Amino acid sequence: MKAGPAPQAAATGAARIVYGLALVILLVLPFVSSTYTQYLVIHMMMLAIYALGFNLLFGYTGLLSFGQAAFYGIGAYVCAGILLRYPSLLAGILGGVAAAAAVALIIGLLSVRHTRIYFTMLTLAFGMLVYSVLWKWRAVTGGDDGLVGIPRAPLDFFGLAVIPVRTVTSFYFFVLAVTLVALFVLHRIVHSPFGLSLQGIRDSEVRSQFVGVHVRKHRLLAFIIAGAYAGLAGALLAPLESAVTPVISHWSHSGDAVLVTLLGGVRAFFGPAIGAVLFVVIRELVVRITEYWQLVMGIIVVVLVLGFRGGMAQAVMDGWQRWVVHGLAQRQPPVPAQVQAPAPVGQAQARVERGEEP
Amino acid sequence: MSFQVLLYQGLVGLSSAMYLWLLSAGLTIVFGVLGVLNFAHGAFFMIGAYLAYTFYGILGFNLAVSIALSLVGTAVIGVLVERFLVKPIMHLDHAFQLLLTFGLVLIFDDLAKAIWGGVFMIPPMPRVFQGAVWILGTPFPIYNLFVIGAGVAVWLLLWLLFEKTWWGRIVRATAADPQMAAALGVDVKRLYTGVFALGVMLAALGGALGTPVRVVAPGMGSFMIVQAFIVTVLGGLGSLTGAFVGALLVGVLSSYGTLLFPTVELALIYLIMAVVLLVRPHGLFGRARA
Repeated sequence: MKAGPAPQAAATGAARIVYGLALVILLVLPFVSSTYTQYLVIHMMMLAIYALGFNLLFGYTGLLSFGQAAFYGIGAYVCAGILLRYPSLLAGILGGVAAAAAVALIIGLLSVRHTRIYFTMLTLAFGMLVYSVLWKWRAVTGGDDGLVGIPRAPLDFFGLAVIPVRTVTSFYFFVLAVTLVALFVLHRIVHSPFGLSLQGIRDSEVRSQFVGVHVRKHRLLAFIIAGAYAGLAGALLAPLESAVTPVISHWSHSGDAVLVTLLGGVRAFFGPAIGAVLFVVIRELVVRITEYWQLVMGIIVVVLVLGFRGGMAQAVMDGWQRWVVHGLAQRQPPVPAQVQAPAPVGQAQARVERGEEP
Repeated sequence: MSFQVLLYQGLVGLSSAMYLWLLSAGLTIVFGVLGVLNFAHGAFFMIGAYLAYTFYGILGFNLAVSIALSLVGTAVIGVLVERFLVKPIMHLDHAFQLLLTFGLVLIFDDLAKAIWGGVFMIPPMPRVFQGAVWILGTPFPIYNLFVIGAGVAVWLLLWLLFEKTWWGRIVRATAADPQMAAALGVDVKRLYTGVFALGVMLAALGGALGTPVRVVAPGMGSFMIVQAFIVTVLGGLGSLTGAFVGALLVGVLSSYGTLLFPTVELALIYLIMAVVLLVRPHGLFGRARA
């Protein structure tokens, strides 16, 4: 699959300005906006963490998982369970992430042996297994009622410092800090030799094997990291909403990770983060007009897949490149906006080229 | 637990396996020939059920006529989807086909909600199918037996179609090597549309057959597609026999599961799927392919 991020050019001056501006806006926002806006932005950040982890699998490794909601759900439920017994936000979040990563290890062991369609279907099925457990195991998970009354416990650094995060604004800053750390770590992962190997696997499994990359181990590790990120997003949800229900682990919520990533674009590192902003904004706007916001999302997905596989952000960037930059300079051929079809070689060869199982 | 109860539950499982089989058959045929995994296949199951409900439950048509009309209606939608949405992205990675059809799931689910509203009542059973047959001292509803018969009949018909007819041979040749088939004068594009329509009609038949016994609701497709995925993964993608055996396995097991250990019923099926895939990575009847 050639849909993943292109080899990253060094962050240009323009990009740095954009990132800096985004950070400034995020820092200033709580002082100039309503609690509801802050609440929405918290959701954007959680969704960004969730989708960025997903894109490590999809965009970078070439594995389409439809089971990410399972890890989101486990992160949320374990965090909720800890907070209900032991009021420490840090313990809850770390516990949620660890549990999600552990389950991702098990499901990953069973799933990454398979690629492509089988992988997608397996992650979907195992994800629904987690959903059915959360739904049926009433004694522990509260069944379809879920867990309620989860406290927004203070941030307790093992007795060294205690920071209360009861208000939405203080929780906002906590989530912002977590998001920045998560983004930084993932950025480092993506640009490490490991991250480059993942992209190598995506582009050609066979060639990666030839140069000595342990494909399955790499995939498993990517799967665990993606699971941990989903778990982190879920763990943040529990104290935010003070309730968790099984719906968050249903496969349609796995679809949200896919939607968000597709909206923002799989080819850029920050694509899913942009997608998260777009997703929440679109949903907020559409539900004001009609209850059928899924219909609108579905149409957007179909249009994106048919015409703009690089995502909305990419489409805007390409349009900018094509019409403004190139228009002002000389008329150079435009940057290709779409994923190209595989070259017309023999089918078997094309299959090997794309790194499929023989 | 008496023998009667176990027997009854087994027959119930068999009949519910048939809906699953019809759905999975379409999924696996379309994948086997076009190489497209259709996420929206469950949505066609739902459309089939809604159309049949509309003709039978609301307009008061004969059940057979209602099912036939629902198949035609669903096929029309399927052909449009194939022509205008699936065809342009067929050459792309499987991931994009899944994404596009996932978008269709969202669209169809909301459209169904908009057109038909919430959950429906189950319309009355046609007179022919009222009553029960006694099997080994156990009363068994005629309609369930009819569904079992219909499922097996479809299996036989599909086998005849693909193995014994001219068209079936062309389809198999195209599935094996589309370029060669095209070179030999097969209109591959048209064939793909035909096969897609066939797959969609099988899904619709599964949905429509359930009209007098199963509740029609938006989102039923999303539930069924996960089951169908399990069935086809179990049986092996692209294998009709695999889909049939997989559907029987899942249908009967979940039927006994609900009776004997209701809390872990679903988990049991996933467990079996995991074990099968560990032992046979391409499913029970699957061959290694992309």
